[in-house]
Amino acid sequence: MKTWVTPGGVHPPENKQQSLTLPIGNLPLPDKLVIPLSQHIGAPAVPCVEVGKKVLKGQKIAEAAGSVSVPLHAPTSGTITAIEHRPIAHSSGMLAPCIEITSDGRDKWQKYEGFEDYENATPAALVKAISEAGIAGMGGAGFPSAVKLNPGFHHPIDTLIINATECEPYITADDSVIRERAAEIVTGIGILSHMLGRPHNILIGIEDNKPEAIAALEPHVAESGISVVSFPTKYPSGGEKQLIYILTGKELPSNQIPADIGMLCINIGTTYAIKRAIVNGEPLISRVTTMTGEACGINRNYETLIGTPVSHLLTHSDFDQDACSRLIMGGPMMGFSLTDTDVPVVKTTNCILAPSHQEIPDNQPVQPCIRCGLCAEACPASLLPQQLYWYSQAQDHDRLEAHNLFDCIECGACSYVCPSNIPLVQHYRHSKGQINKARADKVKSDQARQRFEFHQQRIERAEKEKEQKRAARRNAAEKAQTKTAASGSAADIIAAAQARAAAKKVSPEQQQAKLERSIAGAEMRVQMAKEKLAEADVNQTDEQKNALIAAVETAKQKLEQAKARLAEHVKQHDLADNGEKVD
Amino acid sequence: MAFKQITSPHAHSAQSTGKVMQLVIWATVPGLLALTYHFGWGSLINVLLATATALIAEAAAISLRGRSVSFYLRDYSAALTAVLLGLSLPPLAPWWIVVVGTLFSIVIAKHLYGGLGYNPFNPAMVGYVVLLISFPIQMTSWITPLALLPDGLSHPGIIESLNIVFAGYSPADGVTGATPLDSFKFSDGLLVDQIYAQNPLFSEAAIAGVGWEWVNIGFLIGGLILLGSRIFTWHGPFAMLATLTLMSVIFWDGGSSDSPGSALMHLFSGASMMGAFFILTDPVSSAVSNRGRLVYGALIGVLVYIIRAWGNYPDAVAFAVLLANFAAPFIDNYTLPRTYGHTDRRRATEKEED
Repeated sequence: MKTWVTPGGVHPPENKQQSLTLPIGNLPLPDKLVIPLSQHIGAPAVPCVEVGKKVLKGQKIAEAAGSVSVPLHAPTSGTITAIEHRPIAHSSGMLAPCIEITSDGRDKWQKYEGFEDYENATPAALVKAISEAGIAGMGGAGFPSAVKLNPGFHHPIDTLIINATECEPYITADDSVIRERAAEIVTGIGILSHMLGRPHNILIGIEDNKPEAIAALEPHVAESGISVVSFPTKYPSGGEKQLIYILTGKELPSNQIPADIGMLCINIGTTYAIKRAIVNGEPLISRVTTMTGEACGINRNYETLIGTPVSHLLTHSDFDQDACSRLIMGGPMMGFSLTDTDVPVVKTTNCILAPSHQEIPDNQPVQPCIRCGLCAEACPASLLPQQLYWYSQAQDHDRLEAHNLFDCIECGACSYVCPSNIPLVQHYRHSKGQINKARADKVKSDQARQRFEFHQQRIERAEKEKEQKRAARRNAAEKAQTKTAASGSAADIIAAAQARAAAKKVSPEQQQAKLERSIAGAEMRVQMAKEKLAEADVNQTDEQKNALIAAVETAKQKLEQAKARLAEHVKQHDLADNGEKVD
Repeated sequence: MAFKQITSPHAHSAQSTGKVMQLVIWATVPGLLALTYHFGWGSLINVLLATATALIAEAAAISLRGRSVSFYLRDYSAALTAVLLGLSLPPLAPWWIVVVGTLFSIVIAKHLYGGLGYNPFNPAMVGYVVLLISFPIQMTSWITPLALLPDGLSHPGIIESLNIVFAGYSPADGVTGATPLDSFKFSDGLLVDQIYAQNPLFSEAAIAGVGWEWVNIGFLIGGLILLGSRIFTWHGPFAMLATLTLMSVIFWDGGSSDSPGSALMHLFSGASMMGAFFILTDPVSSAVSNRGRLVYGALIGVLVYIIRAWGNYPDAVAFAVLLANFAAPFIDNYTLPRTYGHTDRRRATEKEED
């Protein structure tokens, strides 16, 4: 079958044989499992168990939070012993909320059952089942599979691409799953095909360095309409955009998702998990993880429970800490380094790499960029990494965007070939972060400006309306005046004015009551100021005390004024005998 | 247990800047051998003297800038600049020509602009042009190729060569002579055929000029080795040689007395091959994208031909390269590659729409 060749790419040593000499192995049950609430793209799951609760294997321990999220399940039976922040595998080294399960050693499943005949189930029911099984993309990104597969959500899919490329060196998780579980994978693909309304093309894209895996798939795909397409090994052929081009010759337009062009890409390990979920009814609680690198005596793939601490894998792989140059979760091109071996394996952990100092030496010191262009030759997206680096250092955001920084997939091919050892990808990540922040700030400031402008307009409008009303009143008054001048007598007007004044006048009694209230208020304020001053004596500076003393004085003055006004009023209206005694 | 926090990618290819520079230096060996065979020990002395000067100047400049001398010397960039300058200077030129040129290249053209990676102009060519303009006599007296030396005369030996270079001895009469481009340029009033018949530089040559054609073939071989090792892409050299050929075919003029010369002569004379494979491929001062390098190389090819045919200088690679260095950032703005997922190429000067 015809394939297309992407530009760029690199050929790092594959190092895949080491971990393929043994079949997929099983590890002893760890004592404790730590399950992070966020192992996928989207909202973190919400715990639905409390500390101390006993759970069975496969029992749900956290619910999906909203539509783009997945639930979590207990990987083994035991007791919930903690729900708290723990170190997780994240490049920031941050802590994140996790659920800890202490195993009871029985590994007892809860009752479960799958679809007897998935072909008669509606796609919606299958989507729900996949969502309930907690399946998120297992190739690395961890995007909730149910969201991808929701048929009402996107355009119709005519090409289903199963990504079995596994282009990163060292990693053989998908390879070994295909070798040993090809039949189940093909069933999983059948489920996807049924859910998507039988797409025209179903392509399994796989690099030609996995002949055993290809041979394992061939007998199962015969007459199923599924094509196994192998193509020359080159990193990063397994990038979604690259794979789409290799298999179809079409490019995924910038800022679009495959569904926009009628395609759907899904990792082959995920199809296995989907088969287990639909046919067997098992939630996603374990995955195949490659344990490899020269610092480990045993290199092989393990069926690993989600939440297994990395240290548990290392212990059972004859790990030599002193021989290890760095610890990597994922592959040597895009994996991220772990600082702590207690972090758990998650749904996206396809590999733990413990290389020796010879295998992956410490980074060499950075030399100046000579713009040799090896990076541009290696870039699979046809960017100019040397220019991006230049503008990234200059923080020239316009130039960075004109050079399509955001089309960088961070595959690391440029850094890999850079003869000056420049960590190019790190610069791009930094610049992307800065630009994203600047964009967010701009949106905020635009909103603030709009708000201010609307506010100004509103005030102007109100002012105008008032002005119009005033003008209208003035006109009316003038008209009325001319009218009265023409028809009514002056005496009438004076009488009317007097009547209005009389109505407005307040009776002396009311006036006195008002003044007395103001005295009472002033007295209270004096009292409060004095109390404050008394409290203040201990801890406050002279300046503050002076301010308080001044406040007491002001309050007293106001009280005096109020008393004086009352006295005046009483005198005027001769009400002294009725009023309260003033002292 | 704690491990280092290091960003991806973790793997790294074995390539290093120092290795790239060393490979380029080694690739000049065929050219240097041809020069030494046909023109005596002069070029080798130039190269060694320039390299020694360059390393001292580089070390001094780096320590003045407060950087680690041993670390920066190991990038071999100063050595490469010196080798290229030494190869371009006339054999048996006085020592101070070599030293002044090298100092200018390293100190002014390179370190004053910020050192490796920041120089807008090709340092070797800056040194060369400064010398050519300042000391035209020393810079235009070339050595007669071995095959054309008068009977009984040979190129000076090593000791004699050193005396000529350092002690100011004069070479014997007949040892110095014109280059093919020189002879051709100043043979006015003769048809091309007549020049080729009369001048032994051409009449005894296989394709372009005695000795010179072999020097150019030497640099072509070295260049092809580098191309095969993917040190640079074909775009720049190809574009330059193609436009040079094209220009000489267009203006060939049937070999009249006004003809600027045949394509073969232009390709295999003077600094054509060295320029195409060793000078304009300097990545720091050239255009960056492949398309940009096509434009950049073509510009150099056209300029070389224009200056050779209608300018005052018989050869023109240094001027052409420096002029194109000026244009490189401009070329870069309009020659971005089309990125995956985009329908059109963009311009570097585009602003994001608000």
